[in-house]
Amino acid sequence: MFRNQYDSDVTVWSPQGRLHQVEYAMEAVKLGSAAVGIKNKTHAVLVALKRASSELSAHQKKIIPIDKHLGMAITGLTADARMLSRYMRTECLNYQYAHDSPLPVCRLIANVGNKMQSSTQRYDRRPYGVGLLVAGYDDQGPHIYQTCPSANFFDCKAMAMGARSQSARTYLEKHLLEFPECDKDELIRHGLRALSDTLPNEVELTVKNVSIGLVGEKTPFSILDEQETAVYLTSIEHEERRGGGSSGSKASKSSTQAAGEGGPQDPEVAVAMETD
Amino acid sequence: MALIEPFAGHTPMQAQRFSPYSDNGGTIVAIAGEDFAVIGSDTRLTVGYSINTREQSKLFRLSDKTVLASCGCWCDVLTLTRVLNARLQMYNHEHQKEMNTPAVAQLLSTMLYYKRFFPYYVSNLLAGLDAEGKGAVYHYDPVGHYERNQYYAGGSSSALLQPFLDNQVGKKNMNGVVQEPITRERAVAIVKDAFISAAEREIHTGDAIIINIIDKTGVKEERFALRKD
Amino acid sequence: MAHFGFDRFSAGPLWHNGPAPGGIYNFPGRQVEDSGRFIERSKQPITTGTSVIAFKFDNGVEKGVAIASDMLGSYGSLARFRDCRRLFKVNNQIIIGAGGDYADFQYVQSMIEQKNIDDECLDDGFSMKPKAIYTWLTNVLYNRRSKMDPFWNNFVVAGIQDGEPYLGSIDKLGTAYVDNIIGTGLGMQIGVPLIREAIEKKPAMSKSEAQQLLVHTMEVLFYRDARSFPKYQIGIVTPDGVTISDPLYLDNQKWGFALYKK
Repeated sequence: MFRNQYDSDVTVWSPQGRLHQVEYAMEAVKLGSAAVGIKNKTHAVLVALKRASSELSAHQKKIIPIDKHLGMAITGLTADARMLSRYMRTECLNYQYAHDSPLPVCRLIANVGNKMQSSTQRYDRRPYGVGLLVAGYDDQGPHIYQTCPSANFFDCKAMAMGARSQSARTYLEKHLLEFPECDKDELIRHGLRALSDTLPNEVELTVKNVSIGLVGEKTPFSILDEQETAVYLTSIEHEERRGGGSSGSKASKSSTQAAGEGGPQDPEVAVAMETD
Repeated sequence: MALIEPFAGHTPMQAQRFSPYSDNGGTIVAIAGEDFAVIGSDTRLTVGYSINTREQSKLFRLSDKTVLASCGCWCDVLTLTRVLNARLQMYNHEHQKEMNTPAVAQLLSTMLYYKRFFPYYVSNLLAGLDAEGKGAVYHYDPVGHYERNQYYAGGSSSALLQPFLDNQVGKKNMNGVVQEPITRERAVAIVKDAFISAAEREIHTGDAIIINIIDKTGVKEERFALRKD
Repeated sequence: MAHFGFDRFSAGPLWHNGPAPGGIYNFPGRQVEDSGRFIERSKQPITTGTSVIAFKFDNGVEKGVAIASDMLGSYGSLARFRDCRRLFKVNNQIIIGAGGDYADFQYVQSMIEQKNIDDECLDDGFSMKPKAIYTWLTNVLYNRRSKMDPFWNNFVVAGIQDGEPYLGSIDKLGTAYVDNIIGTGLGMQIGVPLIREAIEKKPAMSKSEAQQLLVHTMEVLFYRDARSFPKYQIGIVTPDGVTISDPLYLDNQKWGFALYKK
């Protein structure tokens, strides 16, 4: 792993105008297992890959319910995600208490963004090492939001994040126009297909390692149980595997090179990717 | 102050002393059976001799297994139930399951006692199924004393209805009684009769009743009209 | 975040950053109390407005809520201010009507306007809905009564919630309920029965019929409510928006029923 003289603190700028510590935190998101979020006109869906840290342990939870109209998939440091989820739950609960109506999704995300930003500007704190894919439903319809450790957040039509997620994004880009019109079940299948593209060849989607979250019109946020998940998995079982393979690791390299061209080059950020 | 006494020796306004409480009437009844519980409230909301609304249910569905009936000072009822719902959602998130009825009962008691020196002026009945699936009824005083019973009446007609329930459900004060578990039909019929009688004799109760029947399949709701005068 | 105005009645917050019983999260207008010192609180209303009446109408074509209040600000028994507007447009789907202390009403009004500005600043397309403002007001009023320092008002929230008429009432304690017909003060005793009778005769009412019924009710209220006034306003909320009339005047008063009229 490389280091350079401008990454000793979050508050230190590099001469190229980069904050290395924040960028390192962005890498933490790429270490976590992949998650996909898609929406149509009535529903928003999260599909995430769960990992077990060893044969002896259960699979880690990837999808956290926040409120009746809102839930999120997490990628990166689970412990950081728990802090954020507690904050988000409290915000939703307080709004619900005061107004007897759900907190608009965009307002919650803006608040989370503000909270996450403050830790990127103080020497005594570190950025949250977690990316969130938030699926929510409010008066303006279904939403998919992505947040990053850099405290940026994006309103997405569809998004994937986590390890080898470039393949999933390629799938999503290719089928983007189909999503608004398709029904809820097809939406979940799209999510599963996108997620399966991130898998290395020897791994398969199973009821144990897939987690599906659904929210929509008159549908409170829920995580599907194993039986429901199995139905969707069998419905895509016989489809041919598209070439996922090694594209994941390629993607992470190219994205770290995106910034900073010309002038003296900072050493390339290369936090080790875990191998599946 | 001079401002409010423009004329010497004459107060233009009746000096109203502010009281943070009001009695908004309403009656609640609950009966527990072997594997079910029945809980009902009237739908009249009053203040003094005026009727605010004739369509205010005083039942609050807390989960598929628990229903709360609450009446008395309506603003306290609203606040208590809102806080309770928030607490239950926090529990759901933390434990990934619904709180069971005895736990809700304890939580409610704690919440009431928390305001011991500025109490919620509220009668509460909690009905549902306990952890074994048996019918349960809990009743409370305003500051959090609580007790599990087979049946109870609360609210403005409680003094009228409790002896009636003692007799008809508890089979008290009768000779040669055969004690057998109450059936669901009998329980619902007794609740209806109780409210009809209460509405005859007590002006803060009337308009309609809402009955919730809780069993392992969930909560069923019934409505029944009462006299509206 | 020191926004829990602890006082000798309230317990601490129920959970981290959350509301205390009877005292809730992040409401404006919270006064910081210096415990141990005597603080003067409002014990009675000063300049007051009398009843507000409102009801829902729906004839399949036109639906909405009609609301009315007169324009007198009474100073005890003195009819002191004659142009007090007590209907207030919150946004394009809500009218709030207020009775009771006029100063408290204006203060609450300014709080709501600030909430509107906050919504506007976020620029996310969300504005308050009737149920949200009703619940929020309930909390504000309950909060103040719990400090023994009430806003001495009755509020009536009339609006359109997701396309359907919404009508709710809140008093100074935070006692709140929704109904199809709402009256406050003498409006509850005299106005509501008149409106109920009219609606029982003709359940499907148009906007103009609703308006006429309000005029009639305001007339009867003027005859019998000693704190009322013949100048009044009518507000109508429909899915198309909010209108609040210019001041109307009860002419053609029929005092024939008065026994010793000359």
